[in-house]
Amino acid sequence: MADLDAFRQQTRAWLDENCPLSMRKPMTKESDQCWGGRNFTFASEDQKLWLDRMAAKGWTAPDWPTEYGGGGLSQEEHKVLREELARISARPALSSFGVWMIGPAILKFGSEELKRQHLPPIVRGEIRWCQGYSEPGAGSDLAGLQSRAVDEGDHFIVNGQKVWTSYADKADWMFCLVRTNPDAKKQLGISLVLFDMTTPGVSTKPIKLISGSSPFCETFLDNVRVEKSQVVGEINAGWTIAKYLLTHEREMIGGMGRTASGQKTLAQIAVECIGLDGGKLADDMLRGEIAHWDLDAKAFELTAERVVDEAKAGQGVGAASAMLKYYGTELNKRRQELLVALHGSDGLVWEGEAHREGAIARNWLRSKGNSIEGGTSEVQLNVISRNILGLQ
Amino acid sequence: MSALVLNEEQQMLKDAAKRFMYESAPVSQLRALRDSEDATGFSRELWQGMVEMGFVGTLIPEALGGSQFGYLGMGQVSEQAGRNLSASPLLSTAVGGVAALLLAGSNDQQHALLPKVAAGELLLSLAVDETPRHNPSQVSTRLESKGDGFVLNGRKQFVIDGHVADKLIVSARSSGADSERDGISLLLVDRTAAGVKVERVSMADSRNAALVTFTDVAVAASDLLGEAGKGFDALELTLDVVNGQLAAELLGLSLEAFERTVAYLQERKQFGVTLSSFQGLQHRCAHLFSELELIKSVVLKALMALDEGDEDASMLVSLAKAKASEVAELATNEAVQMHGGMGMTDEFDIGLFMKRARCVQALFGDFRYHANRFALLRGY
Repeated sequence: MADLDAFRQQTRAWLDENCPLSMRKPMTKESDQCWGGRNFTFASEDQKLWLDRMAAKGWTAPDWPTEYGGGGLSQEEHKVLREELARISARPALSSFGVWMIGPAILKFGSEELKRQHLPPIVRGEIRWCQGYSEPGAGSDLAGLQSRAVDEGDHFIVNGQKVWTSYADKADWMFCLVRTNPDAKKQLGISLVLFDMTTPGVSTKPIKLISGSSPFCETFLDNVRVEKSQVVGEINAGWTIAKYLLTHEREMIGGMGRTASGQKTLAQIAVECIGLDGGKLADDMLRGEIAHWDLDAKAFELTAERVVDEAKAGQGVGAASAMLKYYGTELNKRRQELLVALHGSDGLVWEGEAHREGAIARNWLRSKGNSIEGGTSEVQLNVISRNILGLQ
Repeated sequence: MSALVLNEEQQMLKDAAKRFMYESAPVSQLRALRDSEDATGFSRELWQGMVEMGFVGTLIPEALGGSQFGYLGMGQVSEQAGRNLSASPLLSTAVGGVAALLLAGSNDQQHALLPKVAAGELLLSLAVDETPRHNPSQVSTRLESKGDGFVLNGRKQFVIDGHVADKLIVSARSSGADSERDGISLLLVDRTAAGVKVERVSMADSRNAALVTFTDVAVAASDLLGEAGKGFDALELTLDVVNGQLAAELLGLSLEAFERTVAYLQERKQFGVTLSSFQGLQHRCAHLFSELELIKSVVLKALMALDEGDEDASMLVSLAKAKASEVAELATNEAVQMHGGMGMTDEFDIGLFMKRARCVQALFGDFRYHANRFALLRGY
């Protein structure tokens, strides 16, 4: 504990000195989020400085080994770092599918060569990754994917189409599920491959959503050459890794049910919008609905905490991620509905400076995708029914 | 802040309570007490068993004959009592009565009474509510000075095990208007004292509550718990302790109703297949599973917060009681529906879980009461 206290003091002092003041304010616009990558335009000098300083400590990937550029922190130290970052309401230095998803998979399943090639640039925010999973004919039934990789000796030639690829038009590399054996049972003929988005034959087309934004793309793969050295794990054993990554993704998306540090709580926003009357929110019906949401959100936050504590103690249910994904995304959708209601007609403004370019309405519409992407709520309920409850 | 898991001691207590309640206080015992129209509504033999297991003294300090396992320890016992619908004065005496003495009683009062409770020789009950819906500051029962002592007049309802309790712990008003927090006193009153009339009320769950009236009851100054007119804070803390245990009971009850339902779906066949193969039922079960996971967390956290004297303990208890009430209502309603016609029969146990759930929900504040309190404590 003494070591941990010392670590906390050092961390606090370092952050105090190195986290720019403008990086301690809540993020209000999309450009406030730093994604890194070859083509990224930094919104400010401070945003770049903050990324570079954190990356130099390895703290953009705090629990990765130092030999691959990570911070090498223990679970306890990582927790301290998170707490200290939250204490000063620091913005994330880097948002990265590399750190969240493919990095952990390469660490767990990848060759030494892949680790040395890919992990350090992820930590430094130099390479931005996207995920090639869903296809036009393989959404909820992901294992039915058809993108075909034909063995050409030392490389594959890939043909097919991916859809719902997050930020494919801005990404530098893709981690992609392809069919390497069309004759095997569908889960057994899949491999996870990595390729540069500038490889000839790769093209992307953004999809405009009901929220007006285009975070997703269609990605076309036309005779794309992928070196065999860029297969993560064994050939035809990609489904295991895909499931591992889906678990990560679910936990990440499920986490949206929680109020992030530096973000105002729903109740605080409600008080600002509506005001108090005798210590109570001035609208009875909204107050009841907000209290109900707040109860569920607090209970969910404690459950996410308990799941982590149980895992550390070697207990707990498997497939907790399905439950967290289901409940967390439904919770976030309810939150967004309440935010629109609280703001009344202001909550439906679409454009104009007055109401942050329609952020409330756009976030509300974007949240509808939370219970679809990364496995729909219905798929999560199937997983819980079959894998945990044994109902079939 | 402790990790949200049981320690070894609490886990052992849970295992012991699980075995004991299943073997000695199962649902069939409640059914037998109901069908024989038992005068006390619980088994003295079972109570003695609970004393020997140390359950009755769970909250009592070791120096006074208890085992001092704390609120989370007690929660393990309450959860298992919930699973088995175990009928006993555990809640009224070992939780409510003991908590009031610990939080409001003097050293002398604690030394005189708690060892007797731990030994199973004294039953206690809280007489708090005067209105059908819980409202602890709504106190019209009057306590007036007379000579060296006091005289008590008023009426209390939903007094759990009031007809068998040896002593009642009563909230009464010494001053102030009917709904003010200030001016409320807590006192000990013998059930058999002159002027105390106890009318047993059989509830939907076949457990006992009483209607108690006080007519010019003489109360000695030494029977006051704490200072006159300043009892409300201790009463609120006592109710937090009780509601934490009620939430744990609701958790156990809901888990049991759910597991019985899942087992029934796996066994019952219609259209040539088991009910468990229908997605319409699967998804409702999976949703309920998620809600149950949430109440496991809030109950654990609330009891831990009480043990640690966390400043957010009251907020967390209201969270636990509100959420556990909501989920217990859903779990028992779904259980009856998914058992189909069998769920409507008295012969099948599942209906008993629904009846008990509603009584526990209503006792000392339901979902709405605690959601409102939670919101107030969160500043809105």
